Order: sequence, then C-alpha cells, then structure tokens
Amino acid sequence: MSAGHYQYWIVAVLMMTGLYVVIAKGNMIKKIIGLNVFQVSVILFYVTMGKVEGGTAPIIAEGFEVYSNPVPHVLMLTAIVVGVATTALALSLVVRIHEAYGSVEEDEVLAMEDDSCGGGG
Amino acid sequence: MDAQLPALQIVIPLLAAPLCVALRASRAAWLIAVTACWSSLAVAISLLRRVLAEGEAISYHVGGHAPPHGIELRVDALNAFVLVIVTGISAVVVSASRASLSEELPEKRHYLYFAATLLCMTGLLGMTVTGDAFNVFVFLEISSLSAYSLISMGRTRRALTAAYQYLVMGTLGGTFILLGIGLLYMATGSLNMADLAERLCGMESNRTVQAALAFIVLGASIKLALFPLHIWLPNAYAFAPAMVTAFLAATATKVAFYVLVRFLFGVFGTDFAFDAMHLDRVLMPLALLAMFSASTVAIFQRDLRRMLAFSSVAQIGYMVLGLSFASELGLAGGIVHLFNHAVIKSCLFLVMAAIAIGVGSTNIEDLRGIGRRMPLTMAAFVVGGLSLIGVPLTVGFVSKWILVRAALEAGLWPVAAMILASSLLAVVYVWRVVEVAWFQAPAEDAGALRRPPLGLVLSAWVLAAAALVFGVFTDATASVATRAARMLMEAGS
Amino acid sequence: MTRHVILRALAKLLIPCIMLFALYVQFHGDYGPGGGFQAGVIFAAAIILYALIFGLDEARRAFPPRAMELCVAAGVLLYGGTGVASMVLGANFLDYGALAHDPVHGQHYGILLVELGVGITVTAVMVTLFFLFAGRRRVE
Repeated sequence: MSAGHYQYWIVAVLMMTGLYVVIAKGNMIKKIIGLNVFQVSVILFYVTMGKVEGGTAPIIAEGFEVYSNPVPHVLMLTAIVVGVATTALALSLVVRIHEAYGSVEEDEVLAMEDDSCGGGG
Repeated sequence: MDAQLPALQIVIPLLAAPLCVALRASRAAWLIAVTACWSSLAVAISLLRRVLAEGEAISYHVGGHAPPHGIELRVDALNAFVLVIVTGISAVVVSASRASLSEELPEKRHYLYFAATLLCMTGLLGMTVTGDAFNVFVFLEISSLSAYSLISMGRTRRALTAAYQYLVMGTLGGTFILLGIGLLYMATGSLNMADLAERLCGMESNRTVQAALAFIVLGASIKLALFPLHIWLPNAYAFAPAMVTAFLAATATKVAFYVLVRFLFGVFGTDFAFDAMHLDRVLMPLALLAMFSASTVAIFQRDLRRMLAFSSVAQIGYMVLGLSFASELGLAGGIVHLFNHAVIKSCLFLVMAAIAIGVGSTNIEDLRGIGRRMPLTMAAFVVGGLSLIGVPLTVGFVSKWILVRAALEAGLWPVAAMILASSLLAVVYVWRVVEVAWFQAPAEDAGALRRPPLGLVLSAWVLAAAALVFGVFTDATASVATRAARMLMEAGS
Repeated sequence: MTRHVILRALAKLLIPCIMLFALYVQFHGDYGPGGGFQAGVIFAAAIILYALIFGLDEARRAFPPRAMELCVAAGVLLYGGTGVASMVLGANFLDYGALAHDPVHGQHYGILLVELGVGITVTAVMVTLFFLFAGRRRVE
C-alpha cells in the first residue's frame, strides 16, 4: 500500500464514489452517472494492470524488448462496449419513465406507483 | 458436424436473432425463433448424450486457438444438463408465446420480442457452455441487457421502473463479477477456468484471490437473487410480459446459480471456498432466511404473479442451501432442484398467463371459482403447486428428499427440519390459490371468461406432465445431477 | 440550423473527410490501430453531424431508420456468417485459416469480414440510437 500502488487507491476511490452515487441519489440520471463511474473504475483497474514498467505498446518492433500486456486492454474494449450499451438502455428507460410519470426522481415515481395501478396486468 | 456442436449451441440463436429483425413480420419471426429453439434443444440433448456416453468433458477451441490462451468451450455433465434445461424451457415457452403475446404487445413489435428472447438465450447458453472466465461476463451482459429490454415491454408503466431497478442491480452485479475476474487474472495470469483451477492451488492465503472470491460470489448472488439481494426480482417478474416471466424465471436465475457453482467448485475448489474461507457459514443462513422470509411474504401477496415471484426467491434458497453443504449429495440436490424449479415455475407462470387472458386479472380475489370454469388450466396449476410443495410423485419431492438426506448426512438435523417446515409455508400459499379457485363460488358480477389460447394451456401441460414424469422416474435427473456433483467434488478437492 | 451558411458549407466539406477517415480506420485496422468498433463510431459521427446541421428529417431521408435496422441485423449476420463459413469448410467456429488455401490469407479475409460486420452494426446502432433519442418528442 505504498506510493507504488497509487493506482489502486484511485480505482477504489472511484469505485466507492460510483457506488455511493448509485445508492444515495434519487435522481435516475444521476444513478446512471454513478453506475458509469463505477464501471469506469473497473476498466481503469484492468488497464493499469496491463502496464509493464518500462514497456512499450505491444507492437513488435526493432529496438524494444519489453512490451505491456495487451490482453487487459482487449478485454476492456468489450467491457466499454457493454458499458455504452448499458448506458443507452438505461437512458432510454429513463426517457420512457419520464414520459409515463413526468418525473425522474425515484421517490416521486414510487409515490405515484403506490396510489395508482397496484395490481399490474 | 458432431465436433461443432458446442459452437452451434451459441451460434444458432445468435444468428436467428438478427434474422428476426431483418424479416420483421410477426409470424416469420416466430417461426424462426421456434425453429432455432427446438434445434438448440436437439443440440443440447445430443451434447448431453455424448458427455454421458464418453464420461469426459468435450473441449472446443474457438477460432482454432488452443487454451489457455484461446477461448475454450467446455461441456461436461453439469453444464450439458443446464443447457438442456435452458433450451427445453425456451423451446416450450417460445412456441407458446405467439398466442398470448398479442395480448400484451402490438403485433408490429413482436419481432423485437423474439429477437431479444433469442439474444437472451444466446447469452445464457454462452455463460453455460464457455470455459473462459471473461466470456462469462460478456455473455452475462448479453443476456442481462436483453432481459432488461424484455421486461420493459410489459403493459403497465411499472414495467419500466422494474426494468430500471433490475438494470441498476444487474449492472452492479455484472461489474462485481468483472472485478473478481480481473483480480483472478492479476493473481494467476490466466482466464481459462480449468487453467485457473490448477494455478489457484496453494494460493489460499493470497489476499487478491480472496478478494476475487468475495466479488464473484457477491456478483453472482445479485444475479441469482439470493436473499437479501433479491429486491429486483419480484417487480421484474410481476410487471414483465407474462411470457417473458415464464422464460426468465426458469432460466436466468438458474444460469446464475450455475455460474456460482462453476466458480466455487470448478475454479476456486471446495478446499479454498469452504474449508479455508468458510463460505458455507454465510451462504447457509442466507439460504435458510430466503426460504422462510420469501415464503412468508408470498403468503401475504394479493397478486398471483408477485406470489409466484416471491416463491421463486424461496426456491433459490433451496438451491443455494444444497450448494452450501459442500458435499456431493447436497450439490446434487441443488442441481436437481435447479431442474425441478425451472420446470415447475415456468409451468406455473404459463398457467398464470392463461389466467391473465381468461379472467383479465391476476388478483387472487378475482380467481374465485375459476377452477370449475377453466378446469384444464387450473389442474395444471394444482400439479405445479403440489410439486412446488414437494409432494411425493412430483419432481419437487425428489430434490427436497435429496436435500434432507444431505442435511442429515452433514449432521445438521435442524436444517433438515427447517426444509420440511418451509415446505409447510409453501402449502399455505399454494392452498390459498387452490381454495379460492376450486372451493369458492364465482363472484356474482364475474364477467364472461375468454378462452385462453390452446397453445398456452398445452405448453403448461407439457411442463406439468414433465413435473409428474420426472417425479416418478427420478433416476433420469438424479443420476445426471449426482454424476455432475461427483465430477465437481473430485475436481475441486 | 438550416440557415447557417458557414456551418452548412463546412459540414459539406467535413462529412466526406470523416467518412473517408472512418473507412481508413476500418480497413487499415488489421495492420495498425483501428477496427470495426472505432470505424463504426466515426462513421456514425459523420451521419450524426449531418443530422445536427441539416435536420433530423433530412438525415432520416438519407439514412432511413428501417435501412439502419436492417444494417444492424446484416452486420451480425456477416460476423456470424464468417464463423459459420469456417465451420462449413471444416475448421472450428471463427477459425479464419480455413477461408483460403493459404492460412495467412484466410486469416486476412476472416478478420476483414468480421471487422466489416462489426463496423456496419456499430454504425447502424449508433445512428439508430441517435434517431430514436432525438426523434422521441416528434413521434409522440
């Protein structure tokens, strides 16, 4: 837990920030932002993991012996795409929730649910 | 073509989904989906037969790259069994869904339902068949994203909030799993599950691996709705279109349970997860709490859908309980219960869909006297309900019997007593519906019943019949599950 | 923004360049940095810029939503189809080596086709997302 591992502190702080926003905020869009911060912290975790000290980009070239590990980067390409898809889906749900309820505050929406249509279809 | 079966398992639904989008017409999309589902079932059955005949795992190298660096699909007795369950349930539900779908979705959006269902199935099958830890995450997200959009197709606006809530919880769960896999990769430098299991030997005291175990168990518990992380489930099941509920209830949480089993027994191993980290001390109380609290809540539900949803949470408790014994018998009980609950719950939700069409409501109060007006449908409900309780000669009995034996074998007789006691709670909530439906006179102002589509009732009966057949011929499921459990325990210790 | 002459003139200059760059990223992806994801997003950016400057209706006429939906499906089918083709030719799923007589050429064709499929799908998905979000109020 020395200065040499400072990136883990950044990851942990970002992750807890994101998680806190998801739990504590009532606004649905803010929750999505929190979710994004949370996901990005894990992406950062993977990307920093792949870095080899003194290593260069993993493209074979003359004069370089040490390369960074490309696997975590490749994995994160997929995770980023997943994140984009999740965000888009979440935002589209929020748009439709706003159309249906006229609000994106979770407590207001829940209050509206309690006094109307209890049973569902 | 035999060698290509593991890949075909994923490729068939994956390619059928865009075909549905391209063709767009409701009937064409349905035909494609039905064909894809039944051929997937055929693939899964032939895989299971091959695994049981050969006795060892089938390994398939995607892209011709050999593991541990390439992605490996690995089919053994356990996941071949899960594949059969997922494809079988999908085949029955998708075949039944065109008739009842028109009730809940405008016809021009049917193709989206079929495409999303096929994608969800792709994800679930991919999670099951893959031997690569990171692949689990990718397929998990494919199945989750399509599940969120399926749930949001529900008729009322509450489907939207339910889908949103599930999305937030599910993404947290998925990201926890991703983080856990990252920690494993950091500690071992490998993503292949079999390779991971080897490299993790003797790393019991490694903090990174311990953290990885914690994150993966937490993430999987959210996805499988283990008490108290189940809060997304009741709303999602209650407000999704009925066919979506029948599909997801039988498959999504089951595959998440499979992932938990695979990681605990196939990657971390029992020595690490249970003997060193004492995971059973966490999972067993939570499982027991789920069985009791969710069953109790189910008793007080006024809506049939929510009642069945809470009952699902309780049944997940039984599965996790079986796992937490960390013994061959307990694990076998959990796996058999996975099969049983998939069959029973999708049968009950199909009945519920038929009731929703027939009566126009799923409030239990509105169901007075429908036993005599819809006898065939409600008889299927009774079969499913009896099986849910665990009455002998139904599948529910088989798994509870194994679980009780496992508890006694472990010397935990109070747990065995609790399994029986919580079954009594199931008697209460099932009886409530049966009493209202069969023994109360119909309300005076009850409107005319609509006849539910024949395909729907027929599908419910196919599953109810399966519940009876496998309840009588117990060997079919129990022997496969025991083999799978033995394989896991041998590999894990 | 249809009346801003400078914007319109600049956009007409820029959009072809962005598209060309997207194609470069797409097809140079197997030698250097790049590939289907990046190229798809850049290509979609060009279309979205067009929609911002010339209006949503104009963009919808140039890139009909139904065609975009078909492209989403076509991209996935191209990707999966490449995999199936290698299976039919007797190799494993997505083993491009079987696509040509020489495995090196096969790998080349394979990655080209797969990335093309990815690119088409990503472009179409991005454009569809933009159309759906931007057009939400008008439809309702």
